[in-house]
Amino acid sequence: MRKYIEGSMAVAEAVVLCNPNVISAYPITPQTHIVEDLSQMYANAEFKGQFVNVESEFSAASVCLGAVVTGARAYTATTSQGLLLMSEVLFNMAGMRLPLVLTCANRAISAPINIWTDHSDAMALRDSGFIQLYAENNQEAADLHYQAYKISEDDSVRLPVMVNMDGFLLTHSFEPVDMPTQQEVNEFLPPYKPQHYLDVKRPITFGSMVGEDGYMEVRYNLEEAMKNSFAVIEKVTKEFEAKFGRKFGIFIDTYKMEDAETVIVAMGSVVGTIKESIDLMRANGIKVGLMKVRTFRPFPKKAIVDCLKNIKNVIVIDRASSVGAGGILATEIRSAFYGNTTTPKVNSYIVGLGGRDITIKTITDIVGNFANVKVQDSQFVELDHKYMQAGDDYLKTI
Amino acid sequence: MIEIRIHGRGGQGSVTAAELLGFAAFNSGKYVQAFPAFGSERMGAPVRAFLRIDEKEIRIHSQIYTPDYVIVQDPTLLATVPVLQGLKPEGVVIINTKKTAEELNLDTKCKVITFDAWEIAERVIGRPIANTILMGAFAAASGQIPFEGIEKAINERFKGEVARKNVMAAKEAYELVKGGKNESKSRSNS
Repeated sequence: MRKYIEGSMAVAEAVVLCNPNVISAYPITPQTHIVEDLSQMYANAEFKGQFVNVESEFSAASVCLGAVVTGARAYTATTSQGLLLMSEVLFNMAGMRLPLVLTCANRAISAPINIWTDHSDAMALRDSGFIQLYAENNQEAADLHYQAYKISEDDSVRLPVMVNMDGFLLTHSFEPVDMPTQQEVNEFLPPYKPQHYLDVKRPITFGSMVGEDGYMEVRYNLEEAMKNSFAVIEKVTKEFEAKFGRKFGIFIDTYKMEDAETVIVAMGSVVGTIKESIDLMRANGIKVGLMKVRTFRPFPKKAIVDCLKNIKNVIVIDRASSVGAGGILATEIRSAFYGNTTTPKVNSYIVGLGGRDITIKTITDIVGNFANVKVQDSQFVELDHKYMQAGDDYLKTI
Repeated sequence: MIEIRIHGRGGQGSVTAAELLGFAAFNSGKYVQAFPAFGSERMGAPVRAFLRIDEKEIRIHSQIYTPDYVIVQDPTLLATVPVLQGLKPEGVVIINTKKTAEELNLDTKCKVITFDAWEIAERVIGRPIANTILMGAFAAASGQIPFEGIEKAINERFKGEVARKNVMAAKEAYELVKGGKNESKSRSNS
């Protein structure tokens, strides 16, 4: 049924439809509404699993870890500093190959403290062993959760999945979202049947120390599990498309690529704004298209190279930066082309950090100036120079 | 696409108004997107809420800079917040104020609709909360949403006596604005 619903509520309802046994989360802006809605559904007995209140994100993640090793389906949600506080546990969950779905309401990282959206938080966890999926709008954000559990729990994968949705821009926006029935979700997502869990009749242990004799092999298996997830993500996405009739791409999605000379690459809610920008630019005869990255981990190198190999110009929009190396998505896309016979001109733009609004003009200006710049390091876009010296200027006055 | 920007102060229900107007438009079969200007809002601080209404899917996820309609919940904002910024030349601004459009003498060629929403609120609802009243005014001014849609949206959010009084107050504003007596006369000759 199509509902007019806040993004956070759509996600909370989607999570409950997935029948997790345990939810543990700690409220933090802009994820708060998801947790509020879940605890409300728990209080109303609409969510029949356990909701475990905790005093921090570290505990929330630890509760989830403990739940999953007993064979439970678990869920948590966080953002920004909360994700960083969870990070020690989250690396462990991936290393122990524990399925989990975590919603990250993407937000900037301190300092300076800032509660608004960018992808710095999720990017800090990119090497954790989590599968990372990015939503373009609230429909996709809700839909990714049904798929995320199925991917996460597949026996050839057994990896936690982070569903990324831009804080505020998606979490706090009311949009129409098609919500499936419990019956439909049950048909799509079977109950979790864990192969590895704690059971006194069949004693095993999780997270024990492994020395130099075996650590590399365990980490190799983790790498292989991530590779295996390509096939599982593809299968699950196609099953979802067939059952629910909604398509958002598998590893990537494209828009108006047919005759495109310039392609913009991006993730998250800015994708919709870019589509509008492309329609405007095409009306003015500019042959521009979009490649959206939906699956960031595993990094879909093949799909990206196949999509962009005959393109002249590639503009990568990064909503985060690896300090000292620049745009992360851009760096990985450039790397994907190493050794390829054809390589597009790839330039990297850091945009929209800390909630800085990305407008149609932001996008059309980048495209408009692209022909004038050589291949260069990542550029911060739309900087307001009066802020850069503000601290030093102030010190001179006191 | 029609874009609406609501200005108010924290606690006046601007975000609720955007949500409920969106709900009403959604029920009339439109695509909608309602969202707040995301700040660290507090009681009394200037806030903004946004609404987009379209016949097709709304893909853009940036703030609204060139609205078709501006709704001002609190007359004191006129002195401190650039509420008319970016309003389209053919746009409309609806302001809760005791003053007439001529008395306000705003620097705009847009249609200005003014009425004392707090007077209606105090008299009909018993509290100086104007958000549902301005929803009624918007429905009349824009023709985008039938009044029944506003009524349904109010009843969705509020219950019992509170809902009934809010519907009554919104209806009064709807009829007032439909009557057209509260509009600026300067639109065509300036």
